[in-house]
Amino acid sequence: MTQQQQTAGGDVRLAGISKTYGSFTAVHPLDLTVPQGSFFALLGASGCGKTTTLRMIAGLEEATTGTVFLGDKDITDLPPYKRPVNTVFQSYALFPHLDITENVAFGLRRRGIKSVKKQVDAMLELVQLGDFARRKPHQLSGGQQQRVAVARALINHPQVLLLDEPLGALDLKLRRQMQLELKRIQTEVGITFVHVTHDQEEAMTMADTVAVMNGGRVEQLGAPADLYENPSTTFVANFLGTSNLIGGEIVSTGENLVVAAGGGKLSLPRQRCSASTAAGGRLLLGIRPEKISLAHADDAGDIPAGRNRATGRITDSSFIGVSTQYVVESPAGTALQVYEQNIERDTRLVPGAEVVLHWNPAHTFGLDAAQDIDAGATSVEDAE
Amino acid sequence: MPVLRWIRRNLVVIAGLLTLAYMILPNIVVMVFSFNKPKGRFNYAWQQFSLDAWKDPCGVADLCGSLSLSLQIAFWATLGATALGTMIAFALVRYRFRARGAINSLIFLPMAMPEVVMAASLLTLFLNMGAELGFWTVLIAHIMFCLSFVVTAVKARVMSMDPRLEEAARDLYAGPVQTFVRVTLPIAAPGIAAGALLAFALSFDDFIITNFNAGSTVTFPMFVWGSAQRGTPVQINVIGTAMFVIAVLMVLVGQLIASRRKSNARN
Amino acid sequence: MSVTEAPPAPTPEEPRELTLRKPSTRKRLVPYWLLLPGILWLVVFFALPLVYQASTSVQTGSLEQGFEVTWHFQTYVDALREYYPQFIRSLLYAGTATILCLLLGYPLAYLIAFKAGRWRNLVLVLVIAPFFTSFLIRTLAWKTILADGGAVVDVLNTLHVLDVTSWLGWTESNRVLATPMAVVCGLTYNFLPFMILPLYTSLERIDGRLHEAAGDLYATPATTFRKVTFPLSMPGVVSGTLLTFIPASGDYVNAELLGSTDTKMVGSVIQSQFLRVLDYPTAAALSFILMAIVLLMVTFYIRRSGTEDLV
Repeated sequence: MTQQQQTAGGDVRLAGISKTYGSFTAVHPLDLTVPQGSFFALLGASGCGKTTTLRMIAGLEEATTGTVFLGDKDITDLPPYKRPVNTVFQSYALFPHLDITENVAFGLRRRGIKSVKKQVDAMLELVQLGDFARRKPHQLSGGQQQRVAVARALINHPQVLLLDEPLGALDLKLRRQMQLELKRIQTEVGITFVHVTHDQEEAMTMADTVAVMNGGRVEQLGAPADLYENPSTTFVANFLGTSNLIGGEIVSTGENLVVAAGGGKLSLPRQRCSASTAAGGRLLLGIRPEKISLAHADDAGDIPAGRNRATGRITDSSFIGVSTQYVVESPAGTALQVYEQNIERDTRLVPGAEVVLHWNPAHTFGLDAAQDIDAGATSVEDAE
Repeated sequence: MPVLRWIRRNLVVIAGLLTLAYMILPNIVVMVFSFNKPKGRFNYAWQQFSLDAWKDPCGVADLCGSLSLSLQIAFWATLGATALGTMIAFALVRYRFRARGAINSLIFLPMAMPEVVMAASLLTLFLNMGAELGFWTVLIAHIMFCLSFVVTAVKARVMSMDPRLEEAARDLYAGPVQTFVRVTLPIAAPGIAAGALLAFALSFDDFIITNFNAGSTVTFPMFVWGSAQRGTPVQINVIGTAMFVIAVLMVLVGQLIASRRKSNARN
Repeated sequence: MSVTEAPPAPTPEEPRELTLRKPSTRKRLVPYWLLLPGILWLVVFFALPLVYQASTSVQTGSLEQGFEVTWHFQTYVDALREYYPQFIRSLLYAGTATILCLLLGYPLAYLIAFKAGRWRNLVLVLVIAPFFTSFLIRTLAWKTILADGGAVVDVLNTLHVLDVTSWLGWTESNRVLATPMAVVCGLTYNFLPFMILPLYTSLERIDGRLHEAAGDLYATPATTFRKVTFPLSMPGVVSGTLLTFIPASGDYVNAELLGSTDTKMVGSVIQSQFLRVLDYPTAAALSFILMAIVLLMVTFYIRRSGTEDLV
């Protein structure tokens, strides 16, 4: 990460920025650097402070403490209309009394630019809306309105484009399509995008860097794959995808840690553990459902040596096309999730069957056991 | 019985249309009697058809003077009440401040007060201050009682406005004044127009408060009131009918323009 | 950007100098500047007059020698004793007119909201347009409509309706004009639009699918109305009845134009005490009593109906 480096060019740098409303703290003092030209996502459930952070960058919210830098310039006290930053608002906020052309031209006109036609046409072309120039916003579909909102902001060539849940109002299919579209536009124009979303899939698809926020703080920051593979808190482990978390006690240390859990012994590489690794300490072991293989108890002998194992019984299974999702009751956990690719389906794997779960120890990660094991687990549904 | 069944099924429509007839009937009478040639001083019984009054609508002393005075008062009262009321409505919806509850009550109370109470108390004030009753006292009173209605109408519109629209304008390089002129005002316009229209109608038609506070000045409703005691000239009906027809025509033309614009936009 | 090293530990919260930013004073004063002129107007020309009136009501004296505050509360007692029939009459007439307005107005509002289709705007215009003919002129038209020996009286006479109403004391033998019925009829007519418009506004907001849902769940049309439509239109009913009752209770135009000396309402008394008799303390006391009664009734009514945020 560039967090510790000196900011260059047009990086957005937040230094000790915070926001309190009366006695409620929406954002705790926060340091964050968004490198120029990157696609940066602020991810979290509703009320986690992500939108407030965005609005402080836009200037729509006054920071209670701290400083916002754009490059080397302190823009903390600039009103929004003097910041080279534009926003794509949640549910778009298109001006209902102006047609598409005038909506897109709005920012240019306010800065005293007279001949806007060429730029507006080019911008509408970029978002593939050339034919709709004279329509009013309410005559467009949700996806089209969304593209107008992007065009209206981008035409001003802002140094940073802020997107506040830009796809929240669209249905699933359109959302996936627009994700790719936005990614394409970002690559094309090379402007820094700061994207706020509660949809972890959206954040991971689009962003180079994701900051996971919870309770007004950044829990973890990193590239999507890294966050997914190496969550450092239970919140991140549960909020980004699904994790099976198993409590245990460290029995031996070394290159690999061995942990007594669920009546057996599980091991993991020491460097994949973000908590203290002293022997005798408690640990939460995490394993993603798709990393686990499922074998019928009768075939337990065929499992190669050196893999982590846990025995259990299938309590539920649901077929969802590319994979089958199993819920397994085991001494290691009452409802372990297992996703099996539907390549060669074993017809014996039905609810009630005795099974052995096994996985590569290197896929296991370790977390501090002092955390709430369910943190972030339900907030995905809440936010949807 | 099929007839009874039909009546039962359309009961609401029949009842509604009967009410509508009840509401329109006096206007029809006013219109018909504007072509009357009454025998005595009062125009209450039909005598014979005549166009006399229509040919000379200002033929009665003071009638058109009072009409023009009422229109002037209504115009200025609308302007004043709309400006003040719009400001209050914006403050109430868009800002947090102390004494909100007290201010809300102060705006609600004039609407929950019989007119005659406001009329009498305002006259007490004017008498105590030694103010000269006339155009200005009437205008002051009209702005006062129209204000609350304007606030209510504008507030409803501003409340349904997405505050993000103004944020979007500020984000797109519009300063506070630009934001207000280019975004806030155009979007709030229908609410402000409704408030203004209401204020105009209330002011133009007001009798009780005006009667208390006008002194010897005579507005159009006061002229009608006076003529009800002394004798009703047919010209009153002419002006009433003309106002009615003009109002309906204005609304219909407005509708036509709006629907044409809509269909143009669709093509 | 790829991050391969161990995930960064959560930012340590080192103690630091945090300078609090306060919103600027200028910005905080904006709402007060917006409120100032209008509120000042209401305070000076609405609230202050009520104070003056309160003081006038406890003064004694005469026009020639001037009035003085003597805390003479007897004025209230005398005013009530002398004019209580007018008070009762006012409340009775205004109440009857309000109920009639609701009964007549509801079907029309319902018609406009749900049944009018493309005629909706036309009907709305017809409801509002009479406003533009001075209400005094329209009230005078009722003199013609209800005239002795006119068509309306004839029909009512033939149907023996007048016999019943005269027996009830609403009309006199075969007259309608100059009777309570004429006054109530005029009041009802004059304030109907104030009932219909709020009713229409709240009915129009009701999702038509709710009717279908109710029908789907075994509700007959009558039950649907009772259990779904009417409860949802309550805000309109409350503000409509208030907008009708309040002005009707203080009105004296209908009583003067369509009634007789036996139908005088309290508004007439206040008007003549103030403008003709020039007995300011009595007029002020009467006006205060009327205000108190109306405000009490309104407050009680709003509490009961549970819609306190009308404004």
